[in-house]
Amino acid sequence: MNWSLLWAQLFNGLTLGALLVLVAMGLTIIFGALGVINFAHGAFYMVGAYAAYIAYTATYSFVISIVAGAAVAMLLGLIIERGLIRYYYKRPHEDQILVTFGIGIIIVEAVRAFFGGIAKRVPVPTWGEGAVNLGFLYYPTYRIEVLGIVGAALVILYVVLYRTRIGLIVRAGIEDQLMVNILGINVTRTFLVVFGLGSMAAGFAGVVNSPIVTVNPEMGALVLVQSFVVIVIGGVGSFWGAVVGGLIAGEILSLTAMIEPAYSQVMLFAAMAVVLILRPQGLFGVQGRQ
Amino acid sequence: MSKSQTGKFNRRTLLKAGAAIGAMPLVNISRSFAQETIGNYPAGTSGPSVFVGLTIPLTGPYSGEGDDMQKGYKLGIEHLNNGGGLVSKIKTLTGKGVLGKKIEYKIADTQTQPDPAVQAATNFITNNKAIMISGSVSSAEAIALEKVAQRFKVLNMVGCSGANETTGKDCQRYAFRSQPSAFMAAKALAPVLAKELGTKRKAVYLVPDYAYGHSVHQSTSEFTKAIGWTEVGAQICPVGTADYSSYLLNIANSGADVFVNVAFGADSVASTKQAKQFGVLDKMKMVVPNLSAFQGKEVGAEIMQGVYGTQDFWWTLAETNEAAKLFVDSFEATNKYKPRWPAHIAYTQMLCWADAVERAKSFNPHEVIKALEAGHKLEMPLGEVYYRECDHQQVRAVPVVVGKKPSEMRNPEDLYRIVGLTPGVDVVPACDAGGCKMPSI
Repeated sequence: MNWSLLWAQLFNGLTLGALLVLVAMGLTIIFGALGVINFAHGAFYMVGAYAAYIAYTATYSFVISIVAGAAVAMLLGLIIERGLIRYYYKRPHEDQILVTFGIGIIIVEAVRAFFGGIAKRVPVPTWGEGAVNLGFLYYPTYRIEVLGIVGAALVILYVVLYRTRIGLIVRAGIEDQLMVNILGINVTRTFLVVFGLGSMAAGFAGVVNSPIVTVNPEMGALVLVQSFVVIVIGGVGSFWGAVVGGLIAGEILSLTAMIEPAYSQVMLFAAMAVVLILRPQGLFGVQGRQ
Repeated sequence: MSKSQTGKFNRRTLLKAGAAIGAMPLVNISRSFAQETIGNYPAGTSGPSVFVGLTIPLTGPYSGEGDDMQKGYKLGIEHLNNGGGLVSKIKTLTGKGVLGKKIEYKIADTQTQPDPAVQAATNFITNNKAIMISGSVSSAEAIALEKVAQRFKVLNMVGCSGANETTGKDCQRYAFRSQPSAFMAAKALAPVLAKELGTKRKAVYLVPDYAYGHSVHQSTSEFTKAIGWTEVGAQICPVGTADYSSYLLNIANSGADVFVNVAFGADSVASTKQAKQFGVLDKMKMVVPNLSAFQGKEVGAEIMQGVYGTQDFWWTLAETNEAAKLFVDSFEATNKYKPRWPAHIAYTQMLCWADAVERAKSFNPHEVIKALEAGHKLEMPLGEVYYRECDHQQVRAVPVVVGKKPSEMRNPEDLYRIVGLTPGVDVVPACDAGGCKMPSI
């Protein structure tokens, strides 16, 4: 047993997991609050990365790119919720899946038509360049910083969803929309905010990932699949489920890769299958929730 | 009772007789055409034009290559139909279509997957009466499409495919490949590696998990062992991996001093970028046996400088080869950038096919196959090329390149220096080595 490689892979599993938590969060927020499975999630993620690419080539500031990526994805989310999604809240899940899937395709193809299929480059920010020697491991600085970025983002999201008035309304709206309306609170507007927030989270994840992965129109397709695995393991719609699911997924990928690289993806899906058999609602999911 | 039985009997007999009479003309027609009908010949050639079905990945991880390739086909077809470019230099070609018939085409997106590719090709063959199919970027698509061509007896000028199997154990009578196989690329690359990087190297591989990846891994490993290198490990990863961190940790930990990156298309960009971030490229030299079309541009010269590899074609050949210049200049005039090798494959495969049809004086696939198998030499952007009869591999030169330093680049497209142009005859495998058992016509 190579211990230094084991520690290295365990640590890598953590940062890999953190990135997975980040990309899954937008999907789980929207489903948890609105009951809509957003198949355009990957497209929002991709739009965030492209917005970051434009902002970066214009300003060479990664901070501005983060703001731009999150803002553009949120704006797009708000427009789409107003124009389309809100007519689908009361319709069956199949309709919601079809409409969001269609939106995703339109966004991806629009980006492809405009920017082409060749990957765009978003470099690692200057404060994230190089690698750090952790003693047991030589690790990219940026990935270590991503741990902090993801942590901070999750704290902010948690506070918004669980410690503010708007979060309270959202959660009340899920339980009984009619009652919340009777109390004189505009639930529709709250739902708009939630959809914007979920889209923003996806766009933010796109920006944070853009210096690591390839920025191309396809990049969201992979993320959609991974996000689903994460939230199925963790429990669909659960905040903590996404966190734990992401970290578990990261460790599975990393540790399997150490032993038999070809099987790491397979193991991830095997883990999902096991969870579905033993605890279909996911580790943190609530049984029977609509 | 007996009446009804008789009635039943009569009706059945009548039905049977009717069916038999109805089927008779069909039987006769198919019999009378049995001698001449081969695939869509002659049905697909009765009008003033012929149809070519192009199956190209416009989405998926190889869509960058696919887009370049589609531009190569369009240019080739334009030149065949209306003259221009390299068509003016090839005696058999008129620039007024092929055998006087204009080429019509459609492009279908394969999504970089074999199933949609097969579906689209089948549709082109059955509904559009395609006389030839071409396309594909991944070898998984290419091999599947070769089988389609063989089954329907329609010619297939294979698009991009580097796997040995394409003209090895999966070779087909109706399919011809121009790109160098992994074997040819590795054989051309190894002497350059021995000269430039030395003979006592330890190599670690990153291998995408499908035919192409395994071919390149196997062939590169074989030829670098012959120059004294050892293989210390291989990381097999799925196509379309976004994050290579766990593989790269293993690679960094492998004790190797050369990183052989076989990942392709968008995957090559992500893996190379991340290898840089993990410090792998500071500790090891990177070798890419088969460079992706836009890898240099997408990754940037800072990272790609000093990287050795091969590719089907590189545009600076235009500086020394007239045919290459005709192709590169006309491509750049239309598309405003230097063509990459998928466009080169698309363009030259169209021209090689058209030349064979003109020489055969017929679209009859049997005649065209014989014309292609005849080993007739054509002046192409790589110099003289021809297809081998035994496995339908094109014998052509293989360019070996190295990534230029940013300071050496004359323009943003000037990413590689050609360090060798190995003649095809020196690198093709022996006819019986690849495992090709050529099916009968």
